[in-house]
Amino acid sequence: MSLAVRPEGEIRPPAIQIRGVEKRFGDATAVAGIDLEIREGEFFSLLGPSGCGKTTLLRMMAGFETPTSGSVLIAGADMTAVPPYERPVNMMFQSYALFPHMNVADNVAFGLKQDGVAKAEIPKRVAEALDLVQMGEFAKRKPHQMSGGQRQRVALARCLVKRPKVVLLDEPLSALDKKLREKTQFELVNIQEKVGITFVMVTHDQEEAMTMSTRIAVMNAGRILQVGRPHEIYEYPTTRMVADFIGTANFFSGMVEDSQNGQVTFRADGIDAPLVVSGDLAIGAHAAIMVRPEKIIMGREAPAGAANSVSGVVIEIAYLGDVSIYHVRLESGLVVLVTTANLRHSAEPAVTWDDRVHLSWHPGNAVLLP
Amino acid sequence: MRRSVSLLSAMVFGYAFLYAPIVLLMVYSFNASREVSVWGGFSTKWYGELLDNDAYLNAAWLSLKIAATSATGALVLGTLAALVLVRFGRFSGRLLFNGLITAPLVMPEVILGLAMLLLFVALEDLIGWPDGRGFTTIAIAHTTVGMAYATVVVRSRLAQMDVSLEEAAMDLGARPAKVFFLITLPVIAPSLAAAWLLAFTLSLDDVVVAQFVSGPGSTTLPIEVFSSVRLGVSPQVNALGTIIVVVVAVIIGMATWLTSRKQRSQP
Amino acid sequence: MRVGGLRRDWGRRLVLAVPYLWLLVFFLAPLLIVGKISFSESRIGIPPYEPLVDWAENGIAMVRATLQNYVLLFEDDLYVDAYIQSLTIAGISTLLCLLIGYPMALGIARAPEKSRGPLLLLVIVPFWTSFLIRVYAWMTILRDEGVLNHALMGLGLIDEPLVILNTDWAVYIGIVYSYLPFMVLPLYATLEKLDTTLLEAAADLGARPIRAFVSVTLPLSVPGIVAGSLLVFVPAVGEYVIPNLLGGGDTQMLGKALWDVFAQTRDWPSAAALAVAMLVALVIPIALFQRIQTRMEEGRER
Repeated sequence: MSLAVRPEGEIRPPAIQIRGVEKRFGDATAVAGIDLEIREGEFFSLLGPSGCGKTTLLRMMAGFETPTSGSVLIAGADMTAVPPYERPVNMMFQSYALFPHMNVADNVAFGLKQDGVAKAEIPKRVAEALDLVQMGEFAKRKPHQMSGGQRQRVALARCLVKRPKVVLLDEPLSALDKKLREKTQFELVNIQEKVGITFVMVTHDQEEAMTMSTRIAVMNAGRILQVGRPHEIYEYPTTRMVADFIGTANFFSGMVEDSQNGQVTFRADGIDAPLVVSGDLAIGAHAAIMVRPEKIIMGREAPAGAANSVSGVVIEIAYLGDVSIYHVRLESGLVVLVTTANLRHSAEPAVTWDDRVHLSWHPGNAVLLP
Repeated sequence: MRRSVSLLSAMVFGYAFLYAPIVLLMVYSFNASREVSVWGGFSTKWYGELLDNDAYLNAAWLSLKIAATSATGALVLGTLAALVLVRFGRFSGRLLFNGLITAPLVMPEVILGLAMLLLFVALEDLIGWPDGRGFTTIAIAHTTVGMAYATVVVRSRLAQMDVSLEEAAMDLGARPAKVFFLITLPVIAPSLAAAWLLAFTLSLDDVVVAQFVSGPGSTTLPIEVFSSVRLGVSPQVNALGTIIVVVVAVIIGMATWLTSRKQRSQP
Repeated sequence: MRVGGLRRDWGRRLVLAVPYLWLLVFFLAPLLIVGKISFSESRIGIPPYEPLVDWAENGIAMVRATLQNYVLLFEDDLYVDAYIQSLTIAGISTLLCLLIGYPMALGIARAPEKSRGPLLLLVIVPFWTSFLIRVYAWMTILRDEGVLNHALMGLGLIDEPLVILNTDWAVYIGIVYSYLPFMVLPLYATLEKLDTTLLEAAADLGARPIRAFVSVTLPLSVPGIVAGSLLVFVPAVGEYVIPNLLGGGDTQMLGKALWDVFAQTRDWPSAAALAVAMLVALVIPIALFQRIQTRMEEGRER
């Protein structure tokens, strides 16, 4: 799923360390005690719904907010009390924040001038940065004379030109339309791989996070729920909230009936047959089994010998072109979502409304959640 | 559409009401007859007399100096006040500050004038400054009034400004003071010009406050006009009024042209 | 922006201190002095009032406050009359401004978007030209031998010139004329924001235009009505130039009375008491205005 598949193994030094960081605004807690380590060269995403504290966390890395407690380390140095203009990080703003009264070249040169880079060197580095984002021809344009996509590239160049330790991106693609957004996702990742600088991105768009990141931190209500590579987060969520937030999930709530050798026998509410899943929980514990809709096999006949099998009636079919989503109501009243790929030009779907169907899945394709 | 017809006639009446006196004033400034409202042929003699009238010319020069000084002071103070109100968030004393900055907008001028005068008298009594009343006292009073108006203008522009522009500059390594001069000021520049012009006009136009805080030998143009007009109509005032209207119209015309040209260059 | 650091704190303090101190010294202090002197005894001399606190030789402060100046305001019919007339004239003028200004603001707000700017500019332009000279222009129009009477007599509508100048009528005309832009601008601001689909929805639900106006447009423009009315009413109460130039001998308004007491009688304590009395009448409207102003600004700043 991830574009940014990189060799594992080599453990690189941390670019950013967040240690017990908490941020309160008056009575409201925006970030409630977070520990996090982002390594050099990563494309790291902070993913969560709006108001989950991800932007506040990013702004504490940039230095626009000071943590109420805890510390922020950048490249090993404590930066908690260092103002933004002295931090080796640069931020790309959601609005891009290009200075309207300066042309593209002056915008990109701004940061170099602040650093006192030699006058003779500035044009060269500006040109390099603009070439990197393929905006070399637009150096004399003013921001209002460019499209959203072009502005986004200039904003990126303005960050990269300073060769920061970390680039922070606040919803970098939210101002672009869908088609352009998908194209830009690839470009951003390519540029990041080329320059090798650590990128930390805030987004509420899970698809964006999955496509672009090497690792994702899923946040909610000021806390990190899970950190992991995109496929880990999708296939092996550790909480119901993560499972629910990333992709679509079916949950079967119930109780652990038996547990041995890493195998759990599960009694789901309103379902007669026991469900089997790998995992380790105490007998009698209340829990849930999560199965993704595309992992479920649907058929008119009961599958022979399948361990996890339930039956129900099709109550709704959503045809999306590439896939169809079936809503199946079980006897217990629970509605289970099933996706099937539309592989053939068939006029008549095999299963239709009011059909009685059997659903099953491989025990390894389900996840036991506490 | 009966309703839009009545709306239209109401608008026509409103605009006629606003402009008829100005048009008549201008027409009669070219009247040869001293009797302002009886047409006695075309003449520009009142303009000649006006330009020979040293009292008016001296008063006009003083007024312009005061207006330029107080508008500049008002702009600086008003911009600082706007920064405080828009960017500083909550601080103790904000309520009082906000009250003090908006009160001059609605305070009757006679009260402002009297209050200012009493302050200057008390100060002179206490520390010997200001020595008498004139340029300084009028300029201070006008700065205080102009500041309130300048704040309104700059404040609303600052509030619309994208804060991330300032954050981006800081993020790129500029210290707060540098951010203000390199980013904030250029971005809000048009509103600064508007605020300065507003304060300038208010000062140039004020009779009441100036009358309280002016001293002998510091007669501003409005005071001069007011005292001559109280005695009856005077064709020279018609000429003066015409000049003012033309100057204002030219300035507004230019400003409109400039902004519309700028907007056209922005897709 | 919440950035720590000592240097920034100093910069912040300076930015705050300069305008704050200016306002305290040149706006709040003067008002307090007005209050103080309104309790002082008047005397002939410079300054023409007795100090409120006398320091006796043994270091004991003698407070010599008097309510005499306020008593005078109530006893002298002239001031009572000026008080009542000021409020009445300002009130009626505000109402007239609203009646003329509302249709104008509505007309501008409903005009095609392209012509709204120029139409609005035309309302503002007179405000930029000298107020004094615009009031003077009305003198030349309203005089017995003025333009208006000439025209009316020329048309044969009247035989005798109408006496308008130096009456309350002229004051009404002057105030309405001078303050009309202050009414139109806030009204326009609220009417322009008003979503026209609301009116379409009302029409769609069967409301006739008049009904839609009364039940949708009017209630939603109340903030503009209040703001505009205050911007006209408050300065009109203290108006000095207009009653002086256009009003007659029996037009008594507080602004004029205050100046007369101050400059002619040289009774500063009474003038100060008059100012305080005027402020008392205006304190509620001014506070109301500030609340609206603040709410509008904060709304924009959020």
